[in-house]
Amino acid sequence: MLLNRSSVTGIRRALPIVLGYVPIGFAYGVLAGKSGLSETNTLLMSLIVFAGSAQFIAVGLFASGTGPAAIILTTFIVNLRHMLMAASLAPYLSGWKKRYLALFSYELTDETFALHSSKAQELGESMVEALSLNLTAQLSWVLGSVLGIFASGLIGDVKPLGLDYALSAMFIGLLVSQCANRMRVVTAIISGGLATGLYLLGLHQFHIILATVIGATIGLGVEQWIKR
Amino acid sequence: MDQTLIFWTIVGMAVVTYIPRLLPALFLSGKTLRPLLTAWLRLIPPAVLAAMLVPSLLIREERVSFSFDNLFLVAALFAFPVAWKFKSLSATVLLGMGLVALGRFMGVGQ
Repeated sequence: MLLNRSSVTGIRRALPIVLGYVPIGFAYGVLAGKSGLSETNTLLMSLIVFAGSAQFIAVGLFASGTGPAAIILTTFIVNLRHMLMAASLAPYLSGWKKRYLALFSYELTDETFALHSSKAQELGESMVEALSLNLTAQLSWVLGSVLGIFASGLIGDVKPLGLDYALSAMFIGLLVSQCANRMRVVTAIISGGLATGLYLLGLHQFHIILATVIGATIGLGVEQWIKR
Repeated sequence: MDQTLIFWTIVGMAVVTYIPRLLPALFLSGKTLRPLLTAWLRLIPPAVLAAMLVPSLLIREERVSFSFDNLFLVAALFAFPVAWKFKSLSATVLLGMGLVALGRFMGVGQ
């Protein structure tokens, strides 16, 4: 990709993500090292999976001795939300060649989605900008992971540093950025409450997707009912 | 688990992560979705984020805990307003981790 004005704009728009991804990627790298993943595997996950929350969850599952099938299924469920995000951006991706669509969706995360959806109307004409934004985001995630891999050997325990809180804190920041109106707040409260209840009932993997679908559906119902 | 098996698990994770990201982009690009479906899709991100977050804050050892010992919840009470005020992911993450670290250092919770 040429370093023209559009790609520079993409890099600049990605900077808030970079500030978030480097420390969170760092926490991931440290935790992965502590959980017995080799340096190569830790880096590989940031390169080919590139999904922050799923990577944290997977590291926890590897550490607890969970089998491959359960880890892959959990990853699928946790990341299924990206399908809904991709579907909501797709109508704006008109005129893109298939290979660029493939590249774009490879680096679709909660954070890049949030930025793209804030300027969704312009996506059709700003392909280079969108792709450079995505690439910058992933590079910073990989950079953070590499720094974490190096630091992992130097850090004895992650708990005194609060690194095990990185994932929850990231969700708080993302959730607040998504709560642009009252209906979204209501949906989040319903879905969060449901997920907690379902988890306590013993649904330890499916509570996320169930609470998401039910919560969003109730939220939509309330929204349509108010509109009348 | 040995590293070869971890490697193949990660490859499997990559496949199941990429397919749901890819298919809608390939098949729905440039198409207009029904307004009701669009409205539903818009509610998905807050719903899924809350579904992952809230249990991690409230549940300690398989039970709901509202006590001050629950550092994850206490830190969240500070992280939410900071996220709201400064709209910064990194500030929220650093503050949250800092508070949890501080709480543990002072021995007030876990």
